[in-house]
Amino acid sequence: MSVLAVRDLSASYHKNKVLYDVDFEINQGSLTGIVGPNGAGKSTLLKVMLDLHPKLSGSVVFFGKNLSQTKTRIGYVPQRGSVDWDFPTNALDVVLMGLYGKIGWFKWPSKKDKALAMASLEKMGMADYANRQISQLSGGQQQRVFLARALVQDADLYFMDEPLVGVDAATESAIMETLKQLKENGKTVMVVHHDLLTVEEYFDHVMLLNKTIVKHGRTDETFTKENVQATYGGALRWMKEA
Amino acid sequence: MLDMFFSPNAQWVLFSALTLGVAAGMVGCLAYWKRQSLMSDALSHAALPGVIVAFMIIGTKHLPLMILGAAVSALIGAWLIQWIQSNSRVKEDTAMGIILSVFFGFGIMMLTVVSRSAGGNQSGLDSFIFGQAASMVRTDVYTMLAVAIIIIFTIVIGFKEWKLFLFDVNFAKGLGMSSRLMSTIYLLMLVLVIVIGIQAVGVILMAALLIIPAVSAYYWTHSFKAMLVLSALFGGVSGVAGTVISTMGNGWPTGPFIVLSASVLFLASFLVGARKGMLVKAIQFKIQQRQHALEGGRQS
Repeated sequence: MSVLAVRDLSASYHKNKVLYDVDFEINQGSLTGIVGPNGAGKSTLLKVMLDLHPKLSGSVVFFGKNLSQTKTRIGYVPQRGSVDWDFPTNALDVVLMGLYGKIGWFKWPSKKDKALAMASLEKMGMADYANRQISQLSGGQQQRVFLARALVQDADLYFMDEPLVGVDAATESAIMETLKQLKENGKTVMVVHHDLLTVEEYFDHVMLLNKTIVKHGRTDETFTKENVQATYGGALRWMKEA
Repeated sequence: MLDMFFSPNAQWVLFSALTLGVAAGMVGCLAYWKRQSLMSDALSHAALPGVIVAFMIIGTKHLPLMILGAAVSALIGAWLIQWIQSNSRVKEDTAMGIILSVFFGFGIMMLTVVSRSAGGNQSGLDSFIFGQAASMVRTDVYTMLAVAIIIIFTIVIGFKEWKLFLFDVNFAKGLGMSSRLMSTIYLLMLVLVIVIGIQAVGVILMAALLIIPAVSAYYWTHSFKAMLVLSALFGGVSGVAGTVISTMGNGWPTGPFIVLSASVLFLASFLVGARKGMLVKAIQFKIQQRQHALEGGRQS
């Protein structure tokens, strides 16, 4: 079943067209890695789909409906570097933000909400850091807090922008474990990913992107030397030969 | 000198300085995390021509209308800063520099023209430059109080929303919050607190009341709520202290003394602030050093 259908999507940054003719569907329960060189429009694709960046053309349909009707079913994990971690708040508070949509505007979080946020931190192995000021967390811990915030939303479709960048090995495996659990629970996840070495291990589907989709499909069929080289240009050395 | 505390008018003036300081401290906190501290300076300078033009049109000092004039010209300034940025290669700081000086220069020019041509009823207009809390009359105080209370109320009821908006605007949009609406409300509050403050603090120094309490508060806490409360407190104390000091001398302007009071609080925060004051940092370092020496340089 298709949970996301994107048709003829294009977008630009300033004068440069960064995405064109992007056309794909995502099935429920898939775990898709979006892979491509720098400037391929990976993050932009997520932002355009979520209306965080204007599109030039095209349509995006979530669960057969438009974005405003399905916002509560969608979770977004921005790049860690997109916020200022010096902001005076603690880890639990950041996770609580994931519940703001459900709590309702201008209402205060209840004890139950706090318990939910705490449980989500615990799932990410961060319970001990609930009251820690966010600037005092390591990069990996900050990423876990962001993941916990997304989990507490209890969405059906998740978009994650480079969640594995700059995190240690323990965090990386904790995050991947979480993503697999989401998938097992019938959730759908799209992840912007940069590490070609782990694509086959982590994702059942892969989208090779370079301003437009070079290839999209099951990882075992799609992630081939030819396709990856077509995405990155001939300069890339195919790691399996090394 | 103590007489002033017993005259009802002086009490009103003090109370409004307090409320203004609280509102400015809170809005300043938002501006700090929106990285727009300097924007408040540009906007307060940009308010001056509006005050003078409003006076020229109505011909008398009528605060609500002059506040309206100030708000209009500050908003034009804000819009121009945006416009310059998006339609040229000029960066935000440069755009602010241009608008700040052009609007202020134009305001001073108009003020000179008014002082030369009009009769005696323009006296006190120059108090908008350095601020003269004592020149406020009862109705001025009411106007100020009403606006300040609306601002404080808006921040308090939307506390959770402001926090999310300032920390992670993209995530907020993902949850369905309109960032355009939040930005508009924020800008309106910034302009309003500036325009109600300029009679008491003056256009030149109004920005200090927005910037200094917020940054001082940041030295004391890890929590946004506490930062907001402390910033409000520092703003309120500075407003009252500055007003009291300025009444000690005949014709002393209020603005500089309010800023001076705020600066004293900042200096204290900078030195002994619990979170990252200089003194606290130094003591922590000394403790670490001593421990290190005791352990003979081994890892603890």
